[in-house]
Amino acid sequence: MLNTKTIAELSAMLAAGECTSVDIVSDVLAAINARDGKIGAYLTLDRDDALAQAKAADAARATGTTGALLGIPVAIKDLLNVKGQPCTCGSKILEGYSAPYDATAVAKLRETGAVLLGRVNMDEFAMGSSTENSGLGKTVNPWDAERVPGGSSGGSAACVAADEAVAALGSDTGGSIRQPAAFCGCVGLKPTYGRVSRYGLTAFASSLDQIGPLAKTVKDAALLLGVVSGHDPADSTSIDVPVPDYAAALTDDLKGMKLGLPKEYFVEGMDPEVEAAVRAAVKKCEELGAEIVDVSLPNAKYAIAVYYIIATAEASANLARFDGIRYGLREDGADPIELYGKTRAAGFGPEVKRRIILGTYVLSSGYYDAYYLRAQKVRTLIRNDFIEAFKQCDAILAPVTPTPAYKIGEKTGDPLKMYLDDILTTPVNLAGNCALSVPCGFSSDGLPIGLQIIGDSFKEANILKVGHAYEQATDWHKQKPAF
Amino acid sequence: MKYEACIGLETHVMQKTQTKMFCGCKHEYGAKPNTNVCPVCLGYPGALPVMNARAIELCCKAGLLLGCGINPRSKWDRKNYFYPDMAKNYQITQADEPLCLGGQLTTEVAGETKTFTIERIHQEENAAKNTHISGASLVDYNRAGTALMEIVSNPCMHSSSDALAYMTALKQIMEYGGISDCDLEKGHMRSDVNVSVRPVGQKELGAKVEIKNMNSFGFIVEAIEYEIDRQIGVIENGGTIDQETRGYDTDRGETFSQRTKEDAHDYRYFPEPDLLPVEISAEQIEQWRSELPELPAQRRARYVSELGLPEYDAGVLTAEKAVSEFFDETCQKTKQYKLVSNYLMGKVASLVTEKEISIADSELTAETLAQVAELVAGGTISSSAANELIEVLFTEGGDPKAIVEEKGMAQVSDDSALEIWADEAIAGNPKAVEAYKAGNAASINALMGCVMKASRGKANPPAVIALLKKKLGA
Ligand SMILES: [Zn+2]
Repeated sequence: MLNTKTIAELSAMLAAGECTSVDIVSDVLAAINARDGKIGAYLTLDRDDALAQAKAADAARATGTTGALLGIPVAIKDLLNVKGQPCTCGSKILEGYSAPYDATAVAKLRETGAVLLGRVNMDEFAMGSSTENSGLGKTVNPWDAERVPGGSSGGSAACVAADEAVAALGSDTGGSIRQPAAFCGCVGLKPTYGRVSRYGLTAFASSLDQIGPLAKTVKDAALLLGVVSGHDPADSTSIDVPVPDYAAALTDDLKGMKLGLPKEYFVEGMDPEVEAAVRAAVKKCEELGAEIVDVSLPNAKYAIAVYYIIATAEASANLARFDGIRYGLREDGADPIELYGKTRAAGFGPEVKRRIILGTYVLSSGYYDAYYLRAQKVRTLIRNDFIEAFKQCDAILAPVTPTPAYKIGEKTGDPLKMYLDDILTTPVNLAGNCALSVPCGFSSDGLPIGLQIIGDSFKEANILKVGHAYEQATDWHKQKPAF
Repeated sequence: MKYEACIGLETHVMQKTQTKMFCGCKHEYGAKPNTNVCPVCLGYPGALPVMNARAIELCCKAGLLLGCGINPRSKWDRKNYFYPDMAKNYQITQADEPLCLGGQLTTEVAGETKTFTIERIHQEENAAKNTHISGASLVDYNRAGTALMEIVSNPCMHSSSDALAYMTALKQIMEYGGISDCDLEKGHMRSDVNVSVRPVGQKELGAKVEIKNMNSFGFIVEAIEYEIDRQIGVIENGGTIDQETRGYDTDRGETFSQRTKEDAHDYRYFPEPDLLPVEISAEQIEQWRSELPELPAQRRARYVSELGLPEYDAGVLTAEKAVSEFFDETCQKTKQYKLVSNYLMGKVASLVTEKEISIADSELTAETLAQVAELVAGGTISSSAANELIEVLFTEGGDPKAIVEEKGMAQVSDDSALEIWADEAIAGNPKAVEAYKAGNAASINALMGCVMKASRGKANPPAVIALLKKKLGA
């Protein structure tokens, strides 16, 4: 079953002529046929198109083309534009929209010959932590169908964990790659802000959004990151910093590395099993040669408040374009204002509406200084905390989430409780640096637990190195959910 | 009580850029609707803006021409409002840190030199064009996202003539600076006009009334005059002026209330996260300053001092950039500056009005006009023939010398032909001959007229006079 293999393994097999891209895609499609009815990761999937891309990749290989992703199927989170495919962002308001262009990250995948597989589910416009806010479908956790896969990149994490894709692209605004990766037991990387072009990524919160990989191993995440990274003139916030060969720099030990442990990240109310697993992982890193130092991120506790002001403010403007005039859903009205009102009332789900209202409120005349402006100031403090911490260490170790995956419906009645789950992931988005989630154990219920490895800006190589060495010394990533 | 009006203008100027402000779409007038569009200017999901460097340069150059300071660091903001003319439902603009700050414009108002102060110039993107037809609205996004800058004056004008002089001078500077074509018909220049009145001597401004989106100078003048009278009338009748937005009804010549302060928009400005701040170095500013073109006032002075033209001519020629550029180009090819000036102010100007064709769109070129001046100066053709020749060159074009030949426009200076016409004139006008001989020098004009008539205007007047004088024995 080729669908269970990693990018690195499949690449080697393809290069050796032991399999074809068509074989891989066929096995992936078979897995999707067999179990996606239960998992619900995919929103749309053009099987013929996927096979045609695989054939083209095989033909390219026959003429001497090579590449780490040539012929490898990658699932795409439904908010990245792929030319000619739908891009609903998990929302009814974009039903019927067909993307007229490729996102830059997608174009880079296409150039290397990766097979752009189907579109996977997410919380509507990436707003949520459980994929329960999708307006279009229900995705469950492959480890326990009664539990959420996490979110917002829940479809991306679930399809990788269930071997319904070899790897996937997701996006992370406040933890949307790392948290579902932790819940589903796969690897997820949020790159430094500016590392991957946002062009073609439907914006939720422009100053926080980053595209990143979800994969079965750290090495696969490194391979995928290497392809999608780099400066893009079409995204003014993408930064012109050289892209190292992330995969080539991976090693098996951590000698000479200093890893920080922030006391503020072991929060009250944290599941003891999660804390135990993360502390055991820290110990393992020490055994691998790393020096563990205490660091402090004193302003991290404000991250949730700051995040829900800045993200919703930006979202309130970003989502204004979904108005029924040019594309997507339209509910007619007597005048434009009525048309907007009816279209948006019908098209957006309750969480999206809640955040648009929040964002509109915090930007309103008379409230701007108290909320938005103050939030920006605290954001600077949070960023400074990380700058200070990275003077003492090469990477920071922490949990990803306070608990393992929770039950479907458990938190939907209490949005604030759901927001608080982002407490360990949002500081990194606010600071703009990078972080990795790797599997580090299981709860007594058999649910995956994630270790968060936080790096300084553009130091993805550091966290990949730590993640890879830890992964090689453990076998959490090799465990598969039962079907 | 006496009242004083305070008027401020917020003038939107569409810049002369090849592409739009934040995408690579062509900026072109009159294209088929919705052909110059892309995911960015249509506000598609995931599309991102990228700043047009040329627009920034033009905005800063406009600032330099108006004596503004250029902000070393300015930033972008989103202005949120829902309307189908703005695809994203927010406009990218500059709220509190614009590209240019401060500045002034000096011009003449009814013979008096006045200086009007400018608060700021900021860069933004234009809206789409909405057309309302029965039962539907059509949106053309070709204009959406084109580069637009807003020049905000202080409320330093006190009459409609101040405002007219300001707008006229501003338009001239923008044209001369190559910032904008300032074609009012194409909406290249539109103004929001703020009007308030206060008792003379009072320092604080009265409540401000804004009249939005006017592109005709004439209507702006009318609206200001109406609004000043209306506000004074309200106050004198014991009423108060409320801050509001009013429209101008051009048919009735009246302003009318559109939006009061209570239902003013809350635009919820916040910094645009998709764009980096604009940083401009001192070296860059100096580079741009060194590239600034000659302004009308400088050009007028040059025409007087270097080309010896009268002040009047210099003023007329520089009123429009296109005319003065045509003049300059023609003067590269002939030294007959005054003749060229005469033709441009006279025959050419009347042809432009009569035929409704600009000089640029006519068949006349600097080269052919220069040749006309040379032909007149060399005595080959008369002034009246020159006017005829210019009309042919303006409408049909061609080689001036060939046309002179073909149409027989050359003056006749040849004595034998002139002698016949002179003898005929003397023989046919005994009274004039007698009067001339009796000392009435002006009588020679009657004889001259006969010769010119007989020659159908081709006789060379100085030669005819000389010949007649000789024959009459003077
Ligand atoms: Zn465009």
